[in-house]
Amino acid sequence: MTVARREKAIERALLVSALSAVSMLALIAAFILIEGAPVMLRHGISSFLAGTRWAPTKGSFGILPMIVASVVVTLGAMVIAVPLGLSCAVFLAEIAPRRAANFLRPAIQLLAGIPSVVYGFVGILFLVPLIRENLGGPGLSVLAAVVILGVMVLPTLIGIAEDAIEAVPRTYKEGALALGCTHAQAIRRVILPAARGGIIAAVILAMGRAVGETMAVIMVIGNAAIIPCSVLDPARTLTSNIALEMGYAAGDHQKALFATGVVLFAFIMVLNSIATMRIVRGRR
Amino acid sequence: MTIPIDVETKHRIVVVLLWLAALVALAVLAFIIAVVLWNGLPAVTLSFLLESPRDMGRAGGIFPMVVSTVAVTLLAVIVAAPLGVGTAIYLTEYTSETALTRVIRFGAECLAGVPSIIFGLFGFIFFVIQLGMGWSVLSGGLTLAVMILPTVMRTAEEAIRAVPESFREASFSTGASRWQTVTQVVLPSALPGIVTGVILGVGRGVGETAAVIFTAGSSLHIPTSIFSPARTMAVHFYILAREGISMRHAYGTAAVLVILILAINTAANWLMLRFQAKQG
Amino acid sequence: MTREFSYSLEAGGRAAESVPSEPKLLVERLSVSYDGVAALRSVNLSIYPNEVLALTGPGGSGKTTLLRTINRLNDRIRSARVTEGRVLLDGEDVYGPDVDAYAIRQRMAMVFALPTPLPKSIFDNVAYGPRVAGIRKMARLREIVERALRDAILWDEVSSRLGDPAMTLSGGQQQRLCIARALAQQPEVLLLDEPCSGLDPISTLKIEDALRKLKEQYTIVLVSHNTQQAARVADRIAFLLMGELVEHGRADQVVTSPADTRTADYFQGRFG
Repeated sequence: MTVARREKAIERALLVSALSAVSMLALIAAFILIEGAPVMLRHGISSFLAGTRWAPTKGSFGILPMIVASVVVTLGAMVIAVPLGLSCAVFLAEIAPRRAANFLRPAIQLLAGIPSVVYGFVGILFLVPLIRENLGGPGLSVLAAVVILGVMVLPTLIGIAEDAIEAVPRTYKEGALALGCTHAQAIRRVILPAARGGIIAAVILAMGRAVGETMAVIMVIGNAAIIPCSVLDPARTLTSNIALEMGYAAGDHQKALFATGVVLFAFIMVLNSIATMRIVRGRR
Repeated sequence: MTIPIDVETKHRIVVVLLWLAALVALAVLAFIIAVVLWNGLPAVTLSFLLESPRDMGRAGGIFPMVVSTVAVTLLAVIVAAPLGVGTAIYLTEYTSETALTRVIRFGAECLAGVPSIIFGLFGFIFFVIQLGMGWSVLSGGLTLAVMILPTVMRTAEEAIRAVPESFREASFSTGASRWQTVTQVVLPSALPGIVTGVILGVGRGVGETAAVIFTAGSSLHIPTSIFSPARTMAVHFYILAREGISMRHAYGTAAVLVILILAINTAANWLMLRFQAKQG
Repeated sequence: MTREFSYSLEAGGRAAESVPSEPKLLVERLSVSYDGVAALRSVNLSIYPNEVLALTGPGGSGKTTLLRTINRLNDRIRSARVTEGRVLLDGEDVYGPDVDAYAIRQRMAMVFALPTPLPKSIFDNVAYGPRVAGIRKMARLREIVERALRDAILWDEVSSRLGDPAMTLSGGQQQRLCIARALAQQPEVLLLDEPCSGLDPISTLKIEDALRKLKEQYTIVLVSHNTQQAARVADRIAFLLMGELVEHGRADQVVTSPADTRTADYFQGRFG
């Protein structure tokens, strides 16, 4: 009987630890919301979300420029990351010899391990001058952020997409090959369509990464709180808005940064929920 | 308008393009590492590692940052590892798929996707302000712990699931309880996988900036307790680079960071490969 | 009250008069299903102390389910349900409300169809059960381990390398190690689930030799679809078919003059 009772106690303790992740998520959502929502409501949600003027010390909190910049930068990053990342995923899952794959896979995960500040630093030193000298503009620009983010989200995209491709039953591919398809045709017509759900999830999660990336973006995007007119213009994303001003903001200004966090959090949760549901559905 | 290309040639073109994509990814990685090490290594001397910074970091070394990084990351791991492994044990050994486990998994997936700046905001308002911990190793460590929890949990769960069912059956058949089975058989078998997850968590913690800068602070002094403010290497590097204080020292710090990350990832990979070899 | 049951149940059986003592295990009207699909239908069976009872029958007839239900190892399978009946060990309901499944499994050791050594040394494998039961003294553990290994006829082959990983043993040795592990937990009943199915003839003979000696100390239930093995080793044989206990009785009787034509067909190799 004592064994059974001890087992119950252990099970309860484990349950408590199992609830830690969810409760932390709830706590994060709650605190960001409590800090950020009032100022948003006070100044009007529409003028907060659709306002184009960000002058926190003068009491105008319009974050439309940051929303636009975040969306543009994220979509731009996908233009680079999706073709490159999917190619890498297909390569790893289908083409690469075993030894090449065993070398490449950890290398790509290492790309995820490199601190984002280092990406930003390399961006300032090489990418920004490159853009300034060849394409014009200040160099610190949407384009620079797009390129850096395009590289940074590769590991997320490749990892999940490769899993999805590898989860396609072998028989599909063998069937296609048996019908006389070349390997390339089998990949395009059979394997990729079958892995579509997981690949979409990979892209969405990569978008989440891009929206949320902070330090690398701050260093290369120029941080002007205006809606960019071209990819060579500087801009400021939601994340960089928070990180730039948190250091000295106080009062309503600080609350407005939390409100920016609320918007960012909402973006992420929507993206994550879609991706998670896709992955879960794909597994069934 | 179609140029007649036979399927065989087409197939070759596709294969070449895919090789190219992989090489591009590899080249970017090699470029970043090479640039940082090439420019940074000359600055990395023993005194750089063992001295305190002078003149805001223009001179001297990064010793306090090394200590801070170790302290903050260690604290994060000490908190996150038991929680993550506990969650994994609960999900694999103590329950089947229910609505509750789906909620737990969903929560972890979402937490994994939360951007580090949000962790920074949360850590600032919750640990620093609400719980009154101030800018400190404690606040930074706890914030990082929440951040790396999903990583630790996911790898631990995978490792535990990979333990053959026959081990559990054999253990239970001798009259062992669940907990005895977990501690005597399941965890020892899954340990390399679990350690890999923890090491990956350490890697994330070491390189993190946004979540730490608003919670651990940016003091240049060596932290004397978990309540002291601290500046990790990543934060130090960010401040040096962004405020243009010293290119040379920024590069040096980056080089140390990158070497550390390389070592951590290599260790994790080596463990993982060994683990898989043992399992397979 | 248990006695009444056993008499009434055994009234028509043939085994009752040949084995007079109280049953060690009594299976009463036991029905088990997986996700609602019946695997055992109202099985009645008595198993007596110091006998070897062979459960035989074709694949999917419920032999393993019966074995795993007896020591409650099937508790781990979520789809499995005992829908009817009970299992009594020394007259006590194994599924009773105050009964600890861990204690039950400690009293009824099990050996599986494939060797299941734990990823530990030979010594630690055999000492696993005693340690789980709380025995910590090294001298005592050594004593138990040696005895168990001797009883499983493995001692001479491994006594010089008890610290080696169990995985380094051959298949036949691994299975005898598992028998030793079962013996070391000092059970009352040994449940063996096709212990020779993956083994060569020589290993099989060694294990059968060990079983014949072990029945002096234990009650043994042996699952085997191999009718010859059942005839060689068992005192009594129970024949299961599609979840039903078709007949049971003294081994020689069941083999030479079965009462049911299905049993006869099976033993003559017409199916299964």
